[in-house]
Amino acid sequence: MVGDVLAEMAASVDLTIYSQDDITFPEQTSGAQDDASLEQSWRYRIESVPTIIKIVNGREVDRTDGWVRDEWRKLTELNALGEALPPHRPGCGSMSQYPGMPEKLALRYGDIMLAAREIEVTDDQDAIEVSYDRGWSDGLPIVPPTDLRIARMLAATSRKPDEIIGDIPPNLISCSIEKVAINAVMAGCRPEYFPVVLATVEAALKPEFSMHGLLATLWYSGPVVIVNGPITKQIGMNSGGNALGQGNRANATIGRALQLLIRNVGGGIPGEIDRSVLGNPGKYTFCFAEDETDPDWQPLNITRGARPGSSSVTLFHGDGVQAAHTRDSRTPEEVCQSLAASLWSVGNPKVAMQNGAILVLCPDHYEIFKQAGWGRAQIEAQLHQALKRPREDLLAGAGGIAEGIDPNITESMIDKFNPGYLLVVRAGGKGGAMSAIIGGWSAQRRKKEVQIVTQEIIQ
Amino acid sequence: MTYTMRDPTAEASPLMRERLPPPATLANRTIGLFSISKERSSEFLDEIERQFASTGATLLRFEKPTHTKPAPESLIADIIGQCDVVVEGLAD
Repeated sequence: MVGDVLAEMAASVDLTIYSQDDITFPEQTSGAQDDASLEQSWRYRIESVPTIIKIVNGREVDRTDGWVRDEWRKLTELNALGEALPPHRPGCGSMSQYPGMPEKLALRYGDIMLAAREIEVTDDQDAIEVSYDRGWSDGLPIVPPTDLRIARMLAATSRKPDEIIGDIPPNLISCSIEKVAINAVMAGCRPEYFPVVLATVEAALKPEFSMHGLLATLWYSGPVVIVNGPITKQIGMNSGGNALGQGNRANATIGRALQLLIRNVGGGIPGEIDRSVLGNPGKYTFCFAEDETDPDWQPLNITRGARPGSSSVTLFHGDGVQAAHTRDSRTPEEVCQSLAASLWSVGNPKVAMQNGAILVLCPDHYEIFKQAGWGRAQIEAQLHQALKRPREDLLAGAGGIAEGIDPNITESMIDKFNPGYLLVVRAGGKGGAMSAIIGGWSAQRRKKEVQIVTQEIIQ
Repeated sequence: MTYTMRDPTAEASPLMRERLPPPATLANRTIGLFSISKERSSEFLDEIERQFASTGATLLRFEKPTHTKPAPESLIADIIGQCDVVVEGLAD
């Protein structure tokens, strides 16, 4: 049908026809120019076919896509064009817009110029082994960072590849968005996770987070990433059963991307500047989403000042996971008392106002609070009370334990945590009164220098 | 057939510098005692200072603002400018 229209146009205007798949069409004009490479489709940013572009003196002045007879007539100034055709038919998607194709074409035709050094992998090599040999891995296999994978990652942000996100510790190396994308590819991230990765990196680079010290410390800790907001559902993060464990790609790879970036760009290598005595498995990756399914619960990021409806990452200097199980507690007060007793063991049960902690509140514990009408504020207030211990119990030597609090502290009742250093977060599956504690870095005692940080995710 | 990956690292080549030989004597030298600002760092360096007292060296004390972050460049420059030898002190 459209062949006749194109022939009609060719008789009156200087017409060049490109075809993505059939250069014999339209027969009426002896065929089209071959655009099987999609170069012209890409350069002209064709989104659907047919698209008619009007060019005057080498410049585009108008375009229309699909078949809308009035639009074509206006553009061509041919007032009887396509009289025999129906007034409107939608076009089809351009092959240049098929999934993954825009990035491929952007690379092929120079719209994305990657700056990182090219590493050639030959047929008789294995890219994963090459990556191990070059020291790029945390010990697990990485996804080879090919140009196409990097370009697809970069397509998930409007930020330019050469924009500098900051200096990556410990070597304080200036780092481009492209390098973040490369490491996100290697970690196994899907492109839609990239805004979360970028926010995570920005959070880690805030001076008050002290990522340098966290990497270099003897302590067990690494960055723990808690994600809040609508993006957690959009990218399929796990906040339910096994939220702190394996099995979810977004949870697994976002935290890993940060760690690989610190290793590869920052030079944070275990046994070198990373002096951790034992480390913890979370130093491969430690990222989870908060359960925000109960509208009565105030999410962590909102508590920390984020805009309602926004998505955020909160970074905490965390150790491994410790159980906080109750079997016989039935009232909210009993639950708080029991959880507080477990929380006292963070760092050392004789030490106070040093390490922070995350309390990951499981659904079965939360249900006890909810049935009593308790929300975040009341739970935190009750925990605060339950977390006080008499000074004399904590002095050096008390209980036969050499460790103890600073004897210059004179208060009669001592708080376990400095204000703001106990985060209460909801996550987990039903079936057990099994909350979890993630202990914090001992340097959190330096409240001005080592702070928990929250960063908005820009999509 | 080859394919390419992109380098995920800083692409920086660290400058390897030879260590200076230790001075034959500490007499008339300046020794910097550099606290990283951990609890009891000073206690440790006080003891070092006592042990250096008989060497005839001049002893200067320096301190990082916090052990959780790298030392400011101005502090490093001060130490380089004033000292022949540095003892950097940790404690816990």
